[in-house]
Amino acid sequence: MITLGIDIGSTTSKCVLLEDGNRIAATALVSAGIGTGGAEEAYRRVLTAAGVDEGAVARKMATGYGRKRWPAADGELSELTAHALGCHYLLPGVRTVIDIGGQDAKVISLDGQGRMSGFVMNDKCAAGTGRFLEVMAGILKVEVGELAAMAARARAPAPVSSTCTVFAESEVISQLANGAAREDVVAGICRSVAARVGALARRAGVREPVCMSGGVAANDGVRRALEEVLGVPVTTFPQAQLAGALGAALWAWQTAEHKEMT
Amino acid sequence: MAEEVKQVRKPPDPNSAKYKLGQIAAKAYTDVIEAKARGEKIGWVSSNFPVEIPETLGIPVCYPENQAAAIAARGGGERLCQEAEGDGYSNDICAYARISLAYAKLGSAPEQDMPLPDFVLCCSNICDCMIKWYENLSRELNIPLIMLDIPFNPDYEVSDAEVAYVKGQFLAAIRQMEELTGKKWTEEKFQEVMKNSCRTSRAWLEATSCAKYTPSPFNGFDLLNHMAVMVTARGKAEAADAMETLLKEYQENHETGKSTFRGEEKYRIMFEGIACWPWLRVTSTGLKSRGINMVTTIYADAFGFIYDDFDGMIRAYCKVPNAINLELARDKRVKLCKANSVEGLLVHVNRSCKLWSGFMNEMSRQIGAECDIPVVSFDGDQADPRNFSEAQYDTRVQGLMEIMEARKGGEGA
Ligand code: SF4
Repeated sequence: MITLGIDIGSTTSKCVLLEDGNRIAATALVSAGIGTGGAEEAYRRVLTAAGVDEGAVARKMATGYGRKRWPAADGELSELTAHALGCHYLLPGVRTVIDIGGQDAKVISLDGQGRMSGFVMNDKCAAGTGRFLEVMAGILKVEVGELAAMAARARAPAPVSSTCTVFAESEVISQLANGAAREDVVAGICRSVAARVGALARRAGVREPVCMSGGVAANDGVRRALEEVLGVPVTTFPQAQLAGALGAALWAWQTAEHKEMT
Repeated sequence: MAEEVKQVRKPPDPNSAKYKLGQIAAKAYTDVIEAKARGEKIGWVSSNFPVEIPETLGIPVCYPENQAAAIAARGGGERLCQEAEGDGYSNDICAYARISLAYAKLGSAPEQDMPLPDFVLCCSNICDCMIKWYENLSRELNIPLIMLDIPFNPDYEVSDAEVAYVKGQFLAAIRQMEELTGKKWTEEKFQEVMKNSCRTSRAWLEATSCAKYTPSPFNGFDLLNHMAVMVTARGKAEAADAMETLLKEYQENHETGKSTFRGEEKYRIMFEGIACWPWLRVTSTGLKSRGINMVTTIYADAFGFIYDDFDGMIRAYCKVPNAINLELARDKRVKLCKANSVEGLLVHVNRSCKLWSGFMNEMSRQIGAECDIPVVSFDGDQADPRNFSEAQYDTRVQGLMEIMEARKGGEGA
């Protein structure tokens, strides 16, 4: 049975095609989120990549910020459950998932069976989210993808302590104006995200194993900083950004199975 | 063109609790407007001030917090908040205070009018922000302020020393009000008010405890509306009558399998904090559409003032929710959760209310652990619509639902 999960976020759309609930047949990631053609594009791409047509997909589930606005979906689930499911598939036994996406950060607790047992999310402020990193990359005139490598070259991370994106922006500008190395400033930015998300994680309760999902998981600077802040190893996977879509595809499969049984 | 279909609204049943409570809530304003027009002195009063005092003295009073909530629910919150901010009040200050201070300057708001006061009555058992709010009202309007100090209680019980300290102030406040208005305190009238207040409170406590039935015979959002009567009119005989009607209706609903919660009640939660008045429909729909009934809130307990003499009344006011310590506040909520088979706790982290939200992370964690229920919080504001995000609320509520469903062994995850 082929099922599909789509994660329509604020800045990206992700799609995963799953075979029999245990084999990823195709994936797609499009840098356009809610309110754009990103979701359709991602959908078309996975079908083409897997060489299947629409009719062959038994069940489609949507998640993410735009989950309610994708007409092709058979149902929807929150990105919380989706990331819990996706990460549990990628790392069986995972107990804490840290998902930093475009506009929110969440820490999800899982029980021994891989079920979500609780979560804590950021408040309205964008600090500690992917958006924060984008703003900072904008000031430094670099791509978000370059931040991790720059952070790795830092010698003495510059402190960026403000919890407000706008204040942090001026903090970064003054660090640069005072001659701080760009790499050190980038490391400071990564640490500031980790400090904020680390506080959320402590509120949720950190139980090992801990993994990171969402777009920011690809930023090794933030991941390492999180390890430092939490004092535990934080794993990630190449498909981290697809974890939500994968979870949705798994849920589509589980609920389809459930339907057949009843 | 399609034929125009006019929706015919059923006229409200004048014997229903909803009608009676609505009338009392509306009368709270009209009585004061009429008194002011007759030339009587009227006051503004904070919600946890002992209403028995003005009620016994026959002094017409109205409630700025209720007015601010009504203004916010009808869409005027942002306008009045901005008005106050333009006057120099920080947007970190409680939105009720900002709305009220703006209203005191403007003297009118189409959403909910209320006559300007000749004096203000405030009690410190709510929060420190309220003290400053009332001090400013008094200064700006150049009118007397009567302030009662009921300190935060770090203990589980109210000590005799605290009662003695507060009693002196109650008596002084009564004297001040007598002087201000020329009205006189009588023991007979106090006994009558006390009797009504206890009758109203008993019916309220019993009505709200009907949530112990599954399904609950009411939608918890009803309580947020009916609460206005508990705040403003609990010392009146009509209020006692209306609350007893409400109790009867809830009991009948239970017996006949009805509920004011439309649709199937799949999950039962406790809602913590003040309602998001500007987003009331969004917040209630987010729950209702998922079959989540908010069966209880601390208000179910908070306005049950039961006592049998003057000192007993003082003790009751020393134990209002905002004046008690974390442990007692937690235990009251744990009791409500357990008595009403609550399956999840939804916490409103209210940007306005630092007092209420400040210790909420720790308290809700303890409640979750003690009751073995998931706890989820969202950011919002009781009256400033700018501090709320619908999408964030929706995701959190859905997450809570999915956890509750998974715990039932359903499709959640
Ligand atoms: S800060 Fe909270 S307790 Fe104080 S007046 Fe505002 S809502 Fe009431």
